[in-house]
Order: sequence, then C-alpha cells, then structure tokens
Amino acid sequence: MAVIETRDLTYTYPGATKPSIKKVSITINKADFVILTGPSGCGKTTLCRCFNGLIPHFYNGNLEGEIVVAGLKVADHQIHQIARHVGLVFQNPENQLFALSVEKDVAFGLENFAMPRDEMRKRVDWALQIAGITELSERPPNELSGGQQQRVAIASVLAMQPDIMVLDEPTSFLDPVGAQKIFEVINELNKNLGITIILVEHRLDLASKYANHVIVMDEGKVVLNGTPREIFNSEEARLIGVGIPKATKLYQQLKQNGIHLKTVPVTTEETANLLREALKHD
Amino acid sequence: MIEVKDLYFTYPTGLEALRGINLTIDDGEFLAIMGQNGAGKTTLVKHFNGLLKPTKGEVLVNGVNTRDVSVAKLARNVGFVFQNPDHQLFSETVEDEVAFALKNFGFEEAVIEKQVDWALNLLDITKYRKTSPFMLSGGERKRVALASILAWDPQIIILDEPTIGQDHQQKEKLQQFILQLNAQKKTVVVVTHDVEFVAECNPRVILMSQGKILAEGIAKKVLTNQKLVAQASIVPPQITQIFLELADLGLPTDVIDVHEATKILLDRLRERQ
Repeated sequence: MAVIETRDLTYTYPGATKPSIKKVSITINKADFVILTGPSGCGKTTLCRCFNGLIPHFYNGNLEGEIVVAGLKVADHQIHQIARHVGLVFQNPENQLFALSVEKDVAFGLENFAMPRDEMRKRVDWALQIAGITELSERPPNELSGGQQQRVAIASVLAMQPDIMVLDEPTSFLDPVGAQKIFEVINELNKNLGITIILVEHRLDLASKYANHVIVMDEGKVVLNGTPREIFNSEEARLIGVGIPKATKLYQQLKQNGIHLKTVPVTTEETANLLREALKHD
Repeated sequence: MIEVKDLYFTYPTGLEALRGINLTIDDGEFLAIMGQNGAGKTTLVKHFNGLLKPTKGEVLVNGVNTRDVSVAKLARNVGFVFQNPDHQLFSETVEDEVAFALKNFGFEEAVIEKQVDWALNLLDITKYRKTSPFMLSGGERKRVALASILAWDPQIIILDEPTIGQDHQQKEKLQQFILQLNAQKKTVVVVTHDVEFVAECNPRVILMSQGKILAEGIAKKVLTNQKLVAQASIVPPQITQIFLELADLGLPTDVIDVHEATKILLDRLRERQ
C-alpha cells in the first residue's frame, strides 16, 4: 500500500529561475526502508520538504503535479495535519533539541497536540524506551554525547507515532559505532513497528543493508529507483557518483577480471558468503 | 615538526579532555586522528596552532613552544580548517574571505592577488569570487574555508572532519587534493570518523580514547585490529570486515583497500584453476 505517491512533482523556490525538483513520480509503500541519495544540490532535501508539507505551505514558491502523503493531498492540508503522520530528524541534533531535560524535549510535540497528561506520560516513556535512553530522561540534552542527542531527537519524533519518518543524514556527526547504533534503532522502528523510513544518506556502506528501496536523484530528477541490488550494480549509479558500498565495488572489480559471483552483494555477510563459495568451488 | 610532550588539558568546566599525550608529527607526514565522540581529538589539534594552551606539558611547533607565541604568529605555519565552515567564514565575498589572512600577514597587494587567484582556482570556486560565502552550499563553503587557509601556504594543514556533508564526488576530489598537498611535502593532519576515507588514503593513524592515545601505526595495521578499533568506537572498513569473515580460509586479515582485495582474491582463484 502506498504511503507516499507523487506524480510529475515539480517545484520552484520563490525567486528561483529554475525548478529544484522536476517531474518526480515515485511511490513509497508502507513499511518501506528507503535510502534517498544523490550528489549535493540534487534536490533530496527539497523533495523531503514536500513529504511533510513544508513545501508548499511554508516555503511558498510554485508547486506543480501531485503529492499524496498518508492519504492526504498535501496541497489541501496544513502542515500540522501532515506533521502528525510525518516526523523529521535532522543531521545535527543540536538544531532540534532545546528543552532543559530529555523527557521535556520528547514531550514537546505532544504538548502541542494538547494530549491528556496520562497519555502523554505513556507515550514519552514508550519513545524513550524504544530509543534506548530511558535512563537519560532527567538529563539536559546539551550535556549528552552526539549519539545520545540524536536518539533524543528520534524519540521526540517517535513520541508522535508518525507513519513515516524522514531522517536527513542522521549520523554524519557520530563516530562509526554511534552511527551503527542509530541505524539499528531506525531499523527496529521499521521492522517491528512498520514505520516507513526515508533516510537521506551519502554513506551507503553503513546503511544499505537495512534498505529495500533506493532512490537516486540528480539535477532535480529521479534517475534511479529500485532495490539496493539493482541500483548499486548499475553503471549509471557509478556515473553520477553515488558512493556504492565497497562490497559492491569488489564484486564489480572481480567481474571486470572475469570472476562472476552468483549475485550482486550489498552487505558484508553476503559478500563473504559468495566469496567463500567461489573459493571452495574452484 | 610538531612535538607533543606529556600534554594534559582540562577545560574550565573541569572536564579533563587530554590526559598525557605524547606524539611527534614529522614534516611532510600525513596523519589521521580517529576515535569516539568526546575522545579529545579536536582538543588535541587545537593545541597545534595555539588555540588552546596546555594545562600541563608542552607543545612545540617547529621547535617553538606554543605558550610563548600568539595564535596569529603560529598561524603563519599552521592552517586550521574547522569542522563547521560557518565557524570560520565571515566576509562579504568569497574573494575577501580568501584574501583576509594574507592582508593580516601584511603581504603586498600583488602577492595577495596572485595567491587568491591560485587558491580559488585550486578549489574550483573562481566562479564564486564575488558571491557571499553564505549563498553557497555546505560543501562549497567548506572549500572556501580550505582556500582561505591554503592561500597563505602554511606548512602544516589541520582539517577537522573534512568529509562531513560532502557527497561522494566531492569526497573523492577532496581526497585527491589532500594526497596532492601531502605529495608537495605539506604536513597534513586530519581528524575524522570516516574509516573508508582513511582506508583509501592509508595515512599514519592515531586512535584516541578518553583523552589518551590508544594506538598508532599505518591505517592498514591499525584499522584491521578488531580489538583496538572496537575500543575506539570505530567499525573496520567494509573490505576488512569481509576478509576477517574469511580468515579461516587462510586469507590475510590486514586488507583495507578494494584494489588490494581484488588482487588477493584473483591470485587465490587463479592458482586453484
């Protein structure tokens, strides 16, 4: 079932001479884990702003074509109506956190919805638990590590129980272990709670094992749209400079030298298994 | 040359960020400093241009104790590119930004002009010379920050998280660029979390944890030591992970690079045929 559907979506920022996204037609299904990638300035962030109605309602400008999110026609609904369904997590959690304690930060969005206190308490505790930060609830966010702060940002969005979460390079300030933990939390939200994930990411080595759908943009257009396996092995992905995982690169280099592994690997484990088989067979 | 001798640093808040660092960085060396968030990496490199002064111990840059000279004086030899370019940029045009330090150092007008042209060209931002840095994308602002440092041609260049927010193509360019600087005998110090970037450049690596140096050596040795990388909150490069999984087949486990990996696998497969 589609949770986001766009048809010929074209958007031009106010005062801009040409559109930032051009005739984008995509379908994202419920519980998809999508990686949205492409060179800087390709229109990824602009497209994400359409998903929660910031475009056109906040940025104005000129929007053509159609976009339906969680059954709502974005053009006909206000940001706060769409925001109930779509949560946003930014690159730098410092830009998102502001309250004096972690639990106040997590409760903030719910307060805005005028939710009864008991229900709010339950939701906050639940979100803290899933993000793995229950023990931090009384701490001021500004004293936490980058990884902990990003979990607080995720919990704040999660507390709203959105159908869709859009995360814009959520791990780029984190050390690799911190980044992996965040990806695992996101993966659990997707697999256990069925939340649709849209992850904007350049570092595909870390993220691609969780995804079932990859969208590559370039110069405002969607240029590739498919499963990670299809995308990472396509010649075009290399040409527009998508950083394909090293595992896939290894597969390609072996292929150029006449060694054909059975399938195109995306993850470490897959590659190791394929190589093990090839080394034993010969 | 940078010599760090038994360096301790405590922030005014009481946070003990560095606890006994000993390190020598030779002229022309390429060094990557890695480790978990809060390990003290940025605190350490801020001592190299005197932005921070030791609480205990000392830092010598080309034999001069950083306690005895101003940041401005040290800057002539040590260029520092911050993690966030917005902490560094302030001028109205890209051109002014790049010329700023040169003017401060008192270079002649003709020299300034030549150096600015050279740096803008080098980083492919000549077309933005009359543009405000704040109109540019994050990746472009980072290149302006870098140009403004390179313009005065410091011998030592420190880059704090240069690859953050850069897409794949920009990262490749940056990588080539850093290697090129190093080939010109510049000393390059990079603070980074990006293991794949380090794997491709293979510099000397220092792993930090809780204000101390945990290990040092070339990337190929350090990044393939599972125990060490785990202690430093790092994940080995994907190629290393694959080879570690296949260790029982007698393959080497210290492989970080795709090309080397391909060669080893081809040799193995061919010798069996």
